Amino acid sequence: MSTLATPLKGHAPPPEAPHPAAAPDPATDPMVPRPFRIVRVKKELSDTFTFDLVAQDGAPLGFRPGQFNMLYVFGVGEVPISISGDPAVPEVLVHTTRAVGTVTRAMWAMKAGATIGIRGPFGSAWPVETARGGDVVVVAGGIGLAPLRPLIHTLLNQRESFNRVMILYGARTPEDILYKTEVRAWRGRFDVSAQVTVDRATGGWSGPVGVVTRLINAGGFDAPSTTAFVCGPEVMMRAACDALTRKGVARGKVWLSMERNMKCALGFCGHCQWGGAFVCKDGPVFNYAAVADRLPVAEY
Amino acid sequence: MTDTVKEPIERLLHNHPFFAGMEEPMLEKLAACATTRTYKAGHRVLKEGACADHFTVLLSGCVAVEVATPEQGVTPLQTLHAGDILGWSWLVAPYRWTFSATAREDTRAVIFDAPCLRRALEADHELAYHLMPRFIGVMSERLHSARLQMLDLYGPPAGARERGLA
Repeated sequence: MSTLATPLKGHAPPPEAPHPAAAPDPATDPMVPRPFRIVRVKKELSDTFTFDLVAQDGAPLGFRPGQFNMLYVFGVGEVPISISGDPAVPEVLVHTTRAVGTVTRAMWAMKAGATIGIRGPFGSAWPVETARGGDVVVVAGGIGLAPLRPLIHTLLNQRESFNRVMILYGARTPEDILYKTEVRAWRGRFDVSAQVTVDRATGGWSGPVGVVTRLINAGGFDAPSTTAFVCGPEVMMRAACDALTRKGVARGKVWLSMERNMKCALGFCGHCQWGGAFVCKDGPVFNYAAVADRLPVAEY
Repeated sequence: MTDTVKEPIERLLHNHPFFAGMEEPMLEKLAACATTRTYKAGHRVLKEGACADHFTVLLSGCVAVEVATPEQGVTPLQTLHAGDILGWSWLVAPYRWTFSATAREDTRAVIFDAPCLRRALEADHELAYHLMPRFIGVMSERLHSARLQMLDLYGPPAGARERGLA
């Protein structure tokens, strides 16, 4: 590009300088984060916290239960985090996160008023509509309750659309029960069976002790009409899916949410490839019938 | 305390998932070694190291299988509920309980006299053939559960896993 203000005599005028590139638009470019303000930080557990976020441009971020966002801590990095809020309240974006790495530990230190970048929502969703008219069993392990919470909100918001609704939750100890107030409220409802078991009883815990699969074995649902949604550590999900199918729930009616190292969230980079699928694009919610053979495969 | 409700034990066994599929004559043979009992909440059902002279089929209520350690006192390892069975040490010499158990709430159960049952199984191998896989299934399930608990799956991940899932 010429730096001369006036073309020299005898010289053809230089080609017009191209217009400066338009600023990337987060609304149309899924690689560009939208700034969100943290309006509330809640420390849930000793290493787990929840952000309530509001878009700085005021536009709500609609999502389907089970989807995730990429959260960008400016200057630190980006991580995929499942959405934990109520899809019926899209103006407040809720993310529950465990501080385990560089980015999430930086998030742990953030306070209300700070800004974070959001890309999303991405990925597949819990197929709530396929469960209508039948029994629903939600099986959560540890912080796996967080990606199931939007589903539970939806089930309870549309309670009349489902027959029995069971929430089976396994936690490490009583102190590690996530969303305690909500879990207590679910347990207090007459139209929901919410059961919590802990792997290790502490502090006078009077509830069930043992793995969450034992709650599945106890039954209480009509297996042929049941749709099950499972999220937690992969070993726990394998055991839970196995227990559900042993009880007679069809593999095709069991859904689980997988976790892999997602980077682009669009199926470009391949970081989250799992067999023939990309967890970011084809998942994170998968049908058990489609992935049952892949689940026990060790990856190194 | 001996149960005052006089429902036929064969019927109780027939309706219990542990005995699902067993034929009535077998249930009658088993019932001949059984009585019903109700444990009050707090009652010590089994004591670690004591003679394993019975096994328990839970009809209602809740029992905690426990171990006592100097550091943590009595620690519940697992709770058992209606539909579960409690105890298999009566099957394996030297017939001593390896854990203790306490009723957490009023609990109704069918109690089998172990020497009577061992004699019945010795005399009727077909009965043993039908009963043993049920115990092995329970042992397998409890072993699997114990392994999962040992893994501490919900604890902090060993690696730096960034997503909000444990």
